[in-house]
Amino acid sequence: MTRTVVTLIALVAIAGLFFVLLGLGTPDELGTVSRHYVERGIAENRAANLVTSVVVNYRGLDTLGEVTVLFLSVTGAAFVLRRRERKPVDAKASRASEIVQTGARVLVAPIMLFGAYIFVHGHLTPGGGFQGGAVVASGVLLLLLADRERELPHGLMSWLESLSGFAFVVAGLAGLWVAGSFLANRGVLPLGEWNRLLSAGIIPVIYILIGLKVGSELAALLDVMMRGEAVAGGPSGDRHRGGGKRHGGGTSRRAGKKRTKGGRR
Amino acid sequence: MNAGTLYLGAGFALVLTGLACALLRRNLLRMVLGFSIVDTGVHLIIASVGSLAGRTAPIIDDPALLSDATTLAVDATAVVDPVPQALVLTAIVIGVGVTALMLTYIVRLHDRAGTLDVRELRELKW
Repeated sequence: MTRTVVTLIALVAIAGLFFVLLGLGTPDELGTVSRHYVERGIAENRAANLVTSVVVNYRGLDTLGEVTVLFLSVTGAAFVLRRRERKPVDAKASRASEIVQTGARVLVAPIMLFGAYIFVHGHLTPGGGFQGGAVVASGVLLLLLADRERELPHGLMSWLESLSGFAFVVAGLAGLWVAGSFLANRGVLPLGEWNRLLSAGIIPVIYILIGLKVGSELAALLDVMMRGEAVAGGPSGDRHRGGGKRHGGGTSRRAGKKRTKGGRR
Repeated sequence: MNAGTLYLGAGFALVLTGLACALLRRNLLRMVLGFSIVDTGVHLIIASVGSLAGRTAPIIDDPALLSDATTLAVDATAVVDPVPQALVLTAIVIGVGVTALMLTYIVRLHDRAGTLDVRELRELKW
């Protein structure tokens, strides 16, 4: 009770702070740094999409860090879920409906192609490596939904992921070698003509690498999360049914099933 | 009230909703959902700070947006700020990673404890 009241008071205080901030409004001019990126962006990078110019070139080091964070979180998730047991195969229960199976057969290739289109055109249109990678991973998700027993090519995926990450760093070092600063664009590859597919130097190359890396990482994450479905284990886990009150809707659905005692590994 | 303020207000409202959800709920999944809503609100706030009324997206695919065609200089009064958009792009990706990790821990926690209710997870309380 006290806790709820304290929480509500804190929320009201934050709401008051937000109200003050709202009164300040939003800026109506570009800041100094943004102004430079906008005015000189095309001349320096030839990338029509200025957001891509900022993400991959001007703040490219941040993007390298971002890719690393995503990699670490996927690795962490895989590590935590690694010890879960695999559900004994129940072919009947895990089979998807006819519609999902046929839909997957028809749609997976176009979805993958669309993802590739998004990350190849990251310097021209809205989108880029992360968005395209997410679309590719959603194609993999459809594949897994249609057939739960499908084995993804894990070797290929981990090679793709490591090699593209490695190549990202190599592209950055090439900038250091040629132009004297990490991830520099000018001089590494010809910049080409503005608003063409083959333009913007190393920006599309890096975005394609990011697309491959993010796609394979997210696909691996989905695979890990869908594999270890039900587990035997946990100390007699029906504690929360004792009180007669169910917390949080359907989330405790699995508690009704029979558990194997002492199955924790 | 202009559009930027409206987006800003909507972002603040989302942050408050998400915080309330994360603090008042006792089910771990709903708390994660609350954090996701906070995440979305923060994205909206950052994007609205960079959105300038009456300007177009910072994608220069039209020569009319250039102020000087020979030096390829862009008219800085024609497009919105690209930096907050780049920040939001980063924030979305990090948000996905953090949410995935939180959900993974919840799955493991549920395996061990058999419950999702924070009141029943007393192992680290004193």
